Amino acid sequence: MTDNVELREIAGRDYEHGWETKIETRSLPPGLDEGTIRFISREKDEPAWMLNWRLAAFARWKEMAEPNWQKVKYPRIDYQALSYYSAPNTKKRPKSLEEVDPELLRTYEKLGIPLHEQATLAGVAVDAVFDSVSVATTFREKLGEAGVIFCSMSEAVREHPDLVRKYLGSVVPVADNYFAALNSAVFSDGSFVFIPRGVRCPMELSTYFRINARNTGQFERTLIVAEDDSYVSYLEGCTAPQRDENQLHAAVVELVAFDRAEIKYSTVQNWYPGDEHGKGGIYNFVTKRGACRGIRSKISWTQVETGSAITWKYPSCILQGDESVGEFYSVALTAKRQQADTGTKMIHIGKNTKSTIISKGISAAHGDNTYRGLVKIMPGADGARNYTQCDSLLLSATSGAHTFPYVEVRNPTAKVEHEATTSKISDDQLFYLAQRGLNEEAAVSMIVNGFCREVFNQLPMEFAVEANKLMSVSLEGAVG
Amino acid sequence: MNLLEIEDLKATIAGHEVLRGVNLVVPGGEVHAVMGPNGSGKSSLAHVLAGKPGYEVTSGKVRFMGQDLLALAPEERAWAGLFLAFQYPVAIPGVNNTYFLRSALNAHRKARGQDEIDSRDLLSKMRQIMKELGMDPKLAQRHVNDGFSGGEKKHNEVLQMSVLEPRFAILDETDSGLDIDALRMVAEGVNRLRSPERAFLVVTHYQRLLDYIIPDVVHVFAEGRIVKSGGKELALELESKGYGWLKEARP
Repeated sequence: MTDNVELREIAGRDYEHGWETKIETRSLPPGLDEGTIRFISREKDEPAWMLNWRLAAFARWKEMAEPNWQKVKYPRIDYQALSYYSAPNTKKRPKSLEEVDPELLRTYEKLGIPLHEQATLAGVAVDAVFDSVSVATTFREKLGEAGVIFCSMSEAVREHPDLVRKYLGSVVPVADNYFAALNSAVFSDGSFVFIPRGVRCPMELSTYFRINARNTGQFERTLIVAEDDSYVSYLEGCTAPQRDENQLHAAVVELVAFDRAEIKYSTVQNWYPGDEHGKGGIYNFVTKRGACRGIRSKISWTQVETGSAITWKYPSCILQGDESVGEFYSVALTAKRQQADTGTKMIHIGKNTKSTIISKGISAAHGDNTYRGLVKIMPGADGARNYTQCDSLLLSATSGAHTFPYVEVRNPTAKVEHEATTSKISDDQLFYLAQRGLNEEAAVSMIVNGFCREVFNQLPMEFAVEANKLMSVSLEGAVG
Repeated sequence: MNLLEIEDLKATIAGHEVLRGVNLVVPGGEVHAVMGPNGSGKSSLAHVLAGKPGYEVTSGKVRFMGQDLLALAPEERAWAGLFLAFQYPVAIPGVNNTYFLRSALNAHRKARGQDEIDSRDLLSKMRQIMKELGMDPKLAQRHVNDGFSGGEKKHNEVLQMSVLEPRFAILDETDSGLDIDALRMVAEGVNRLRSPERAFLVVTHYQRLLDYIIPDVVHVFAEGRIVKSGGKELALELESKGYGWLKEARP
């Protein structure tokens, strides 16, 4: 249960993470060529195979064309005008939290993510990514005792090359799509998680992404591997300063789950959304995909997308193992001039595979919200089941909600269900809540939070509270 | 002290006149029943007092504990202590009943400059009320009116009223569609709140609720105004004679 008074106090604010950290950086000037990639690779002391992998990706990217099938609209991105690397110019690779620049620690503290282990949320380990690099990862020793590897991607490339080589690009191939190819060439950091056989990760893992530098793209890469009979719950949070220009965030996330393993991946995305005239904000163009390789494995995506000028992503599951399970729970809110084109793909390959899709879209002010999903049942997927529910809530006459559910069934034993609703907040609901003492803003916030309940229930406790607050902040001034 | 004073109140909805000069004074400590045939304007009076959008007040005054009630927004009327038990309570899917009640109560408390209620205090208060009135304790954890039976919705209205402890409560046909046990529970909910500083306006079509909530005054509504007022025996008279004779008696 959350606190409504707190909700209303927060609702009075605007984007609260819009400030900037003043810190000396080591950045690349704008521009993208092989030299850029060599620089990034050298900066990270990468082995030759990693550099070659990047260069191969870059070669593919140059041959690809930017997609144009999406509903979201944005001006052409000049990829030569972006900077592809920006890192705090501090001591190289701090060995412990004591060596991390205090200015960075303060930044995360201000964001509500204290990195000192005694101050953190009990039971949550954090990897903090600032622009292009990971600045700290907490609770590594404790996790290490359980055999869990949780570190930055840069470190994983150096310390666990065999694991990275084996799984990187195995779920999202290098040339999967335009932005994944770009990411493969220039990715700078991200998180790596490895849960060995039979281990239930003793704490929640999370990565907190912060874009700080101007004109810089953030290209992070996350890879989570869960061996047989293991379990991990992972959460990512994102914020960025308020700026007039748009910034590109093109991440790739790959998940691999083996026999009976379960990965629960939650996102609370609150990148700067731009202003009410559509000026500024993050372009959040992300490829997220999980492979349920083992029997009875399970991957569950939960996303709460309230930020970004544009959100364009489809966290997906490839249900390869027999009886494997894929889930997608999504809340996407578009207010101001925000646009979202999001959904999922559930590819049923194994027998008796099951997937559930619950999508809640909220459109306010001039926001435009699209659910796009694919449920594909392959010929061998006997007894496959899917249930899809897409609900849209319109809070203004100038906002939009669209649903594109694609279904491809190639097995006659499959059962696919789809339900969709579009609704508005009724005057009767508002009057009822007003009669009980809730003003319009509190009433709308309560109704919207209720609308999202099925999705919020999937979030780890601490973050469910956070999500509630975020909805209220994002709806500020958007009603009517 | 008079809690509510209504003077020559006229109101329209969609251009149609529904209140045609209502005069009513309700002192603290009293229960007033408003009876009358369907479409006589009883529920319109309840809605106008609570500030339901869509109604336009064309003339008249309403003073509520000395304040100009009609100048207040619906939520401000609630904060001032006016409660409406709805004839058709509205569902708020996904919102936990306890969370809803806590938010509502805290909104009232904030408006009065009081601190928020301690969650444990609220829960024990809710438990006690539900126990005293014989409600299903599961009601507290369900989503507001979502999938509730007609009876459960009315239970929920009484629960909210009991927690919010308004100075003036309007029950808009709360008895409609209730069986005798539910009716008793609603009445018990009202009776346990009766006190010298509180008053009730019980809008009802039937006399039977008034067997359990004994009114101090009974008003008969017809064509948008009060045509007759009297003691509790007036309700019984209406029960036996119907409303027809009043229309003939109308001035």
